[in-house]
Amino acid sequence: MNIKKVYRELFRIRRVEEEIARIYPSDKIKSPVHLSIGQEAVSVAVCEALVPGDIVFGTYRSHALYLAKGGDLRAMFAEMYGKVTGCARGKGGSMHLVDIPAGFMGTSAVVGTTIANAVGYAYGLKLQSKPHIVASFFGDGAVDEGAFYESLNFAHLKQVPLIFICENNGYAIHTPQSARQRDVNLCDRVGAYGIPATRIESGDVFEIHRHVQEAADALRSGQPGPFFFECLTYRWKEHVGPNDDFDAGYRSREEAQAWMANDQVRLAGEKLSDPERMEVEQNVEAEIAAAIAFAENSSFPGASELTTDVYEESEQDGPDDFVWRGDTGGHGSGDGRGPIRDAIWSGC
Amino acid sequence: MGADPSVMLFGLDVDDHKAIIGTTRGLVEKYGRERVFGTPLSEDAMTGVAIGAALSGIRPIHVHIRMDFLMLAMNQLVNVAAKSRYMFGGQESLPMVVRAMIGKSWGQGAQHSQSLYSFFMHVPGLKVVAPTTPYDAKGCLISAIRDNDPVMYVEHRLLHYQKGPVPTEPFTVPAGKARITNAGDDVTLVGISYMQVECLRASKYLLETGISAEVIDPIWLNPLDIDTIAESVRKTGRLLVVDNDWLSCGAGAEIITQVLEQVPDRHIQVGRMGFAQCTCPPAPSLEELFYPNARTVAARAFDLVRDNAVTWIPEERADLQEVEFKGPF
Repeated sequence: MNIKKVYRELFRIRRVEEEIARIYPSDKIKSPVHLSIGQEAVSVAVCEALVPGDIVFGTYRSHALYLAKGGDLRAMFAEMYGKVTGCARGKGGSMHLVDIPAGFMGTSAVVGTTIANAVGYAYGLKLQSKPHIVASFFGDGAVDEGAFYESLNFAHLKQVPLIFICENNGYAIHTPQSARQRDVNLCDRVGAYGIPATRIESGDVFEIHRHVQEAADALRSGQPGPFFFECLTYRWKEHVGPNDDFDAGYRSREEAQAWMANDQVRLAGEKLSDPERMEVEQNVEAEIAAAIAFAENSSFPGASELTTDVYEESEQDGPDDFVWRGDTGGHGSGDGRGPIRDAIWSGC
Repeated sequence: MGADPSVMLFGLDVDDHKAIIGTTRGLVEKYGRERVFGTPLSEDAMTGVAIGAALSGIRPIHVHIRMDFLMLAMNQLVNVAAKSRYMFGGQESLPMVVRAMIGKSWGQGAQHSQSLYSFFMHVPGLKVVAPTTPYDAKGCLISAIRDNDPVMYVEHRLLHYQKGPVPTEPFTVPAGKARITNAGDDVTLVGISYMQVECLRASKYLLETGISAEVIDPIWLNPLDIDTIAESVRKTGRLLVVDNDWLSCGAGAEIITQVLEQVPDRHIQVGRMGFAQCTCPPAPSLEELFYPNARTVAARAFDLVRDNAVTWIPEERADLQEVEFKGPF
């Protein structure tokens, strides 16, 4: 990995999130924000192992993933502001970011939902003999959902080119993993499905990358998928919103301190010389300032947007020319008049 | 599937010896196990898989041998399939078909008999079609497969045995067009799904009394061709919607409301028939009462036309007997 690029990605995500937190009290951002501060390294490490054409599916906490996968920063800020220039034309918000050209599929506000979508996409790639792979991101909360286990089973059954990434930040909203699962050994569970499962405890961007790169290389060389990684990480801010919540009672600041001492953004920056680091930071700050200005200066969607894109806007097919003969049903005479079940078969 | 290699079909038991009442017979042999396969019993995730596959360029057909099983898939259908085009600003397109069957008779009971299409009619972003003839079954299915939005394709188990003309070549029946299946002047009968057959039979019973019923098959429940129904009601002044579902918040309520909004005539008489407001019982004596049938539909239409002045219910006629579903399934 190019350390300068890694630092740029990590720093850029951190600063975008800090700017969102700064702007949030102004009420210009009309969207619940689930900030990625503290969790940047997982997205950056994984996306460094992906290539253009590869696909990621994320969650409502996916600002980091969107940016790491190459999502458009200006369109992201505009989406936060509810502007028509947003990545979803102001109709998605923070929880439903999307950038199809970048390979970042739309995210869901319902926990666990995109896991099966990622598996389906990977199956589609395999069916169409496309050379790309899919990464499916979800949190430790999603592993409580039945759809997670259904997805593991089907992904393994069909050996799809997919990497599962569980970002385990220890909490489903405010409920710790230990209050949701008696025996907290996720990799054992996943391994029981026959899927190679690895737990990465360090939070280290380079270690995560090394593991995921190996899996990505294996998939690209034709080895059967999927692979599973449990990446421990830590959410610094409250579940939703711009604030700290260490006074809320469900977790302690002491618990966070080890993770803050292990801040991957700062540690990556320390690997660069001062001039190199400053160059990266100045470029990122300028890009963010321009993106915020773009969002501020963009228009809200017009009234016609309200009912646009409910369905595809397309010309209807012409009317059929069938003349109803007033049949009352029954088994009929059978003179070449197939029953409906045969008609459905024929339609397939 | 022959015309478009991106079409894929899967679901519980689509590849077994019964082949979903024959509707999927031979497809594995013809198109291979990668495009046609039986699935694990995972309705939730498999619906998510269909969505993901659609995003990747596939046109999936997901088959459910009972509509009731779709309750396990509502998150993916309502929260994802219906909303993706809109909430992603038009960037995502989900060409997928969900085939769902409604059961009836031979003791199908509580969880093998539900229609539930009104759930899907309620949600913007889904299309819903419930064809009742072989012609429409084929034409609507091909329309649904070619559609770039998710389509709920509702099949009634008894209708699988209905016969009628159907071309062998591919053709489409466009979304949002109803069909007048029997012309008449005195009352408009809208029969949904299997109740279309009962309405056509009812129209024959009504002929005995000199009442001429216009029967309409909406075919597509969303988009709904309310214009064709409203035009008929302008002529007849009476509308009876016979639904294959419960009445409250159902398709009948929707159709009648839209007609009354469009035809501002306070003299129009309306009525609804459908399931009794209870869970479907398997006991034949109760199941008989649970569903409308041609005779009760005819009686209700007669009441509408004659202003409840006299009551009448036709004698059962052998030539208009119901098609019997011979179990076990």
